[in-house]
Order: sequence, then structure tokens, then C-alpha cells
Amino acid sequence: MSPPVATAAPGKPASPVARFFSAENRYLPPLFITLILLGGNLSFGLLESFSRTALAIGTAIVLELALGRMMYGRFPNLASAYITGISVGILLRSPEYWPYALCSAIAITSKYVIRWHGRHLWNPSNFSICAMLLLAPEYVATLSIQWGNTVWPMVIIWLLGAMIVYRVRRFHITATYVISFVVLAWLRSAITGHPFLAEVAPITGPMYQLFIFFMITDPKTTVTPKWGQYVVAVLVAVVEMILRLAHNVNAPFYALAMVGPAAMVVEIWQTKKNRPNPK
Amino acid sequence: MPHPNRQIALAFFLAALLAFPLVYKRLAARNKVIEPGIRSTALARYGFRFQESSKAAGIDFKHTASTFDPKLQHIMEQVSSMGAAVSVVDFDRDGWEGIYVVNSGESSHNALYRNLGNGTFRDVAAEVGLADVNSRETGVSTGAVWGDYDNDGYEDVLIYKWGRPELYHNDGGKHFTRVTEQAGLPKWVNANTAIWFDYDRDGKLDLFLGGYYSEDVDLWHLKTTKMMPESFEYANNGGRKYLFHNLGNGRFEEVSARMGIQSRRWALAAVAADLRGTGYPDLFVANDYGVSEIYFNEGGKRFRESGKETSIGAAPKSGMNAAVGDVLNQGRFGIYVSNISEEGVLVQGNNLWMPQADTSGDSIRYENMANAMGVELGGWSFGAQFGDLNNDGFLDLYAVNGNVSLARDRNYWYDYSKVAGGNKAIISDAANWPPLDGRSLAGYQQKRVWVNDGVGQFKEVAQLVGVTDVYDGRSVALADFGNRGMLDAVVANEKGPLLLYRNTVSPENKWVEFELEGTTSNRSAIGARVKLFWNGQQQVQEVSGGSGFCAQNQRRLHFGLGKTAGVDRIEIRWPSGKLQTVPAPEVDRIHQVKEPL
Repeated sequence: MSPPVATAAPGKPASPVARFFSAENRYLPPLFITLILLGGNLSFGLLESFSRTALAIGTAIVLELALGRMMYGRFPNLASAYITGISVGILLRSPEYWPYALCSAIAITSKYVIRWHGRHLWNPSNFSICAMLLLAPEYVATLSIQWGNTVWPMVIIWLLGAMIVYRVRRFHITATYVISFVVLAWLRSAITGHPFLAEVAPITGPMYQLFIFFMITDPKTTVTPKWGQYVVAVLVAVVEMILRLAHNVNAPFYALAMVGPAAMVVEIWQTKKNRPNPK
Repeated sequence: MPHPNRQIALAFFLAALLAFPLVYKRLAARNKVIEPGIRSTALARYGFRFQESSKAAGIDFKHTASTFDPKLQHIMEQVSSMGAAVSVVDFDRDGWEGIYVVNSGESSHNALYRNLGNGTFRDVAAEVGLADVNSRETGVSTGAVWGDYDNDGYEDVLIYKWGRPELYHNDGGKHFTRVTEQAGLPKWVNANTAIWFDYDRDGKLDLFLGGYYSEDVDLWHLKTTKMMPESFEYANNGGRKYLFHNLGNGRFEEVSARMGIQSRRWALAAVAADLRGTGYPDLFVANDYGVSEIYFNEGGKRFRESGKETSIGAAPKSGMNAAVGDVLNQGRFGIYVSNISEEGVLVQGNNLWMPQADTSGDSIRYENMANAMGVELGGWSFGAQFGDLNNDGFLDLYAVNGNVSLARDRNYWYDYSKVAGGNKAIISDAANWPPLDGRSLAGYQQKRVWVNDGVGQFKEVAQLVGVTDVYDGRSVALADFGNRGMLDAVVANEKGPLLLYRNTVSPENKWVEFELEGTTSNRSAIGARVKLFWNGQQQVQEVSGGSGFCAQNQRRLHFGLGKTAGVDRIEIRWPSGKLQTVPAPEVDRIHQVKEPL
């Protein structure tokens, strides 16, 4: 999970309030996610515990500082590591402590290791959560039902999430995915014979809103052209549908982990191919 | 651009991180390898072993499930997945503990196994009038609890149901008379838990009855399919709770609202015990689809729900069991609540709520120590009971599990999780639930028997000590059926046989048991608290009117003592408040203790 942060746009100087809520404020997404976490925990007790989430955040920050210094000789801005840590703390569920530290460590390390042409391919927390689900299913699960089944947490996440993704011009990714999911839920219903409402049920839960706002919109791991972003969002939903038909409980995470890097590879390869040869 | 050597080193680091779970699992598995011959040495290693002996004991009982309204046909195995329950009682006061096991098929019979004292049992339910109690019109049994509500010396029984709860008066151990109407019990409650306790210490047993489905739901004649929980962890559309105050003339008055118990959570288990040392029994309720509730008893005048303050009500899970035990011999009760854990899908973990150090009385706080103490992962857990299985002086834990065992190679988890996370309009309507289609949901699970090392760690030894069944376990009760000073286990399985695990305990470990009888207090002595002092240690136990999942252990209190020469003393606090000290009770025998007048 990594909320989008846009680059600065030219224009006249804005007021402090406008600057605070602007897309250039890279601390706004972490702040919003923190608010969501606090709200979710105070109202629903959604966290396994504060200490586990703190461990995930602490691991991510310490490792980011260490690896940034080691690999690039400088201490990086910690907003991204904080978001990775808090994402792990929200999305991962385990009664043990070590999975939180390990998941954060895998996420941060993967950013520095799994790179191609200077870009990392996987959304770090998506990669690490999938790794934990594959390698340690006895000890971990993902956030699912812990945020209740009522509408208002969804409304809050939609308000905060929509504000962020709209300002950074990525709402179309979220909307495309949601529409695709609903259409494909109808298709799944036709294939399986199960009620349409059962097929559409997952996206009506609050956990899913975190996925559609803060994970699939991650600018570092989405392709650049807008049409490509539409295609990738649809493809994620299609792969997810295939996984769902195979009864995969964690289908959205795996779908993004498969489609996201593939799209990135294609884009990098295309960019390289189209770049004029200096000789 | 980072130095290539550093990139290579970092790649190795990532590989090591990814390999960590595999290494961790391998190390964990090494501790669980069953070496050849280890079962034959279980007695020497762990101090006890079980032998499943139901057939040899003359017990031939198989639970049958209900068949509800056809509108639930697509998920019938899931909605009718509870109902197997067992309780232990010496109903005829012959000094031998018997077994009452309930059934859930619409015309099925419950069984009352009279202990013949020679290692065998005989079903006398039909003879005494406790067999034919299940029907579509009046509902089917989900459990039974025993208590002498009229203090005539014989244990009476409340049978609770998806339907009409029934109270039967014990006529001298020879026959039971139905007294439901005289008692003033409601016409229909979809109850899955009930306990006897004397909340106001007036010497008469009161009754708590916990609803699961709403009481306006008749599972055989549904008006609507919108009767499922509105949320998987925050549901408040379950059955109401009842607190029946015993008026003393065979009648009860329903006082739950007046006493502050007004929950509509989906109750699955309850237990009463004096958790704060006030002398009054507090009430703990484990709820499915939500948080547990802890009701502090304010002098028998009112209950105050204190889940949030004590931390017990912070994190909602799927509570299915409530049992108390002095796990660390500190003179304080821990509370064990079972939940659901399934690899990669839902890892709730069971809870062992231990009182935090330096907190007590009204400011008591609890901490979930299940992970730290090794009793967390038990699959889809149901009933669990504390008892000293090897007589080493520390309470062990016997837990059963398994939800729906159908096809071994296909499971319902995906479809279950799909709906469970959806909006309440979807999850609460059974019509939206995908069909089970013969698939299992957490089926064929291995049971858990956790041995307490006395210093904060439990070791899981079920397979090693002979508990090898994989039925869908619901209710477990512990009792010394042979009067041998050893706790046997009787297990009720959903759509499965009643199992009797006979215990054999290493003879060098001593024991002592106390059979209490109240005089001023209720005659069953439910709520009496015994603190036993021996060998520089102490352990506290209370006579219980029901605990676990739809279960009741023997009323007699069993203490293991380890390799000790004797007991210093016991201190009894009777429900009436009277204190009694019994100096140096002889070990390896059962003591009858009557409340002094």
C-alpha cells in the first residue's frame, strides 16, 4: 500500500492551508492513513495490537534509513517507509510479532533489490504481504472482516481516499477497477451460479477500500500513460476474477502482484526500445 | 549508483528474509515430530495418557443434526453445525459421576448415562424421562446444565434449545418431572449457553440463559432469511439474554434488564466465577461474531459490563468457549476463550485472558497471554476445559475443534470469507450465502491437549497422549468417572460419537478431591471457592454451574498435587460468605465437606 504523491505543478503561491492539502504535501497521505488507522482502531479495534503495528513501522523506518545510507550514501525521506510500515500493520493479521517485522523488512529491502532500470517493480507492501501469505500461511492472514460490515467506515475511507487520489489525478484507476470488479462479479455469478450479491460482497467491505485507494494507485509501481493505467486496472480485476474462480482467498493481493510488475516491465522495455540511440 | 557488491549483499539479505519463515517452520516442526514409540512412553514423559473407551464403557451414542427450514438448505450443514453437548452429573447421588448428552435431530433422543461404578455406563434417559425432548414443535437440544435449584439434594436440569427451554425437577434421582411452565421460563429462546449461579448469594440458584439467534426466529419456519449475523465481528442482532432470579418456590423471575444485562450479541458460552475477590460471582460471556462481555457483579444488586475497561472487550473475534482456571497457581483465574484460526485466511487465535500483575478488584485488567503461553492456535476451536490431567499440580487444557467435516479435498473457506467481509445487508441474509455443496469448513482437525509446565508455558501433546480423533468436537467435560483421582474426558461431537477418553496418570503424582454440599448456601455449592495450600504452593478452584462450550464438568473439585507428602490445608469460602478451614486433608482420597451451620 502506498498512497500516491504527485510532483509540484507551477502556479502562484498558495495559502498554507491550500499547501497543506495540496498534492505536493508528501506528508498528507501518511497523515490520512494514520487517521484511518486510529479511527479504525478506536471504533473497531481493528489492529491486532498497537505494539505489532509499531513494530512494523519501526522496522520499516530503521531499515529504510540503513539501506538508504548504505546504498545511496544518504538518509532518505521516511514518508514512504512510514506508509509501508503502517500498511503492513493494518493489512497483515498475525497473533505473532515476528511476521510484522519480517513483512516490513521484506517490503523495504525489496525496494532496493528488485529494480530494473532504476525503478522498482512491485509495490513494496503488496510484494511482502504476498510473500508472507505464500511462505508463512500458518501464521498470517490479511485484514478481512476486522473493520465491520457497516457503511460508514467505507464512507470515511472513500472521502479521504477519493480526496487523495483525485488530487493526484488517479481517481480514474480506482473507478476503473471498481467498475471492472462489479462487472466481473456479475460474470462470476453467471459462471458459478452463486448470488450476485455474494460475488460483489468483498468490495462492499471496508478492507477493500484500502486496496483500491492506496495500493493499486501507487504511482511508483503504476505505468505512466493514462490509457495504460486503465488497462492495468482492468487487468488486475480480470486476474483477480480468475483467482477468485480458483477460490483464492487473497485474490486481490496476488492479482496486483502479478499484473503490476508485468505492466512495469512492458513499459520499461517499451521506453528503452523507443529511446533514440545516442550513437 | 550503488556498489555492485552491496547490491549482491542486499540480494542475499532479501533471500535470507524470504527464507526465514521456512526455517522457522522447520524448527517449530522439529519439536512436534512424533518419534517412534513415543506414545508408549507418554505416561513417563507427560505423566498421563488417554485411551478412548466409549465402546468398552457401554456408551454407544451418535449425535444427529437438525434439518431446518428448506430456505437454509444450501447452507444447512453450517447453520445446523452446533448442538452436540455434554454435562457431567451424579444425578442419583450414588457417588459416581454420570453423563448427560444431548441430541439435535428433530426426533432424536438425549441420553443419560448412569455410571455403574464398574467402568461401564447404562443409558437411563428414557426410564427417568429425559430422553424424548427434541421435536420440530418445541425445538432441539443444544445443551444442559445441572443444579439443585430447590435445595432438595438432587441435581435438577435445564435443557436449553433452539426452541423452548425446559426445566426438569429431579425426583430423588429416580425420575424427572417437567416444570417449565411453573418456573416461568420463556416459550422460545434460541439458546446456546446457560449456567447456574447464585448471583445474589441468597442460597438459591439463579439461571443465566444466552440467546444466539434472535428469539423471534423459528429455524423450522423462517419468516425471512435475514436472520444471519449482521457482521462477522460486530454483530448486535443476536438473541437476547435472560437472567432468572430464583424466587424459591419453584418459580423464577426474569430480571436481566433490571440487573443490567441487555446484550444482543451472539452468545455461545458463559461462565461465572468470582474474578475480583468480592465474594460475588461475576459473569463472563463469550460471543460469536463479536467481543466477549464481562459483567462485574455489584453486590448481587446489579451487573456492570466492563469489557472495555478490562481490555477483554477490545478486539472482537468468534468467541466459542468460556472456562476459568488458576493457570499459574496465583490464586487468580485466567479465562480461556476459543476462536477461529485457519492458515492464510483468518488467524484470530484463541485468547487466554490473564489478570495483569498489580491489578485487582474493580481496576482489574486482563492481558491475552495465549500466544506467549502457547495455547493460541487451535484451528476452528470450540469447547475447552481446564483440569490437572497429570496430577502434577498445574491445570492443563483440553480443547476440541473442527467445524464442518464433509469432502476432504474441497473446502468452503473462499466462499465463506467472501460473504463474511461484505456489507451487513449482504451477510445478514442467508439467501446471499453461497451453497456449501458438500464442502468442508475447517473439518477433520486434530484436537489439542496442552500440558502446563507451571512456569508459563503449555506444550501440545494430544497426539502423543492418545487423543487422536478428528471428529467435529463441540463440547468437552472433565470428570473422575472411576473415583480414581484421575480426570477423564468426555467429548460430544457434532454428527459424531460421544467419546470417553479414560485417563491413566503416573501413580507417583498425588491428588485430592472435594465434594462440597451447601447448607446456608445453595446445596450444589455452586460458587464455593476452595483454596488449597501445599508444598509452598496454592491453587484456587470454584464449583461451577457450567463452563466451556455447552458443557459442565463434575461439580467435585479435583486437585493434582505432584510428588508431595501432603496438603497443608484448604480454605473454603462458601457462597454464603462463611469461611471454613480444613487442616491437612488426606491425599489420594475424595473428601465430602458440608458447609457448617
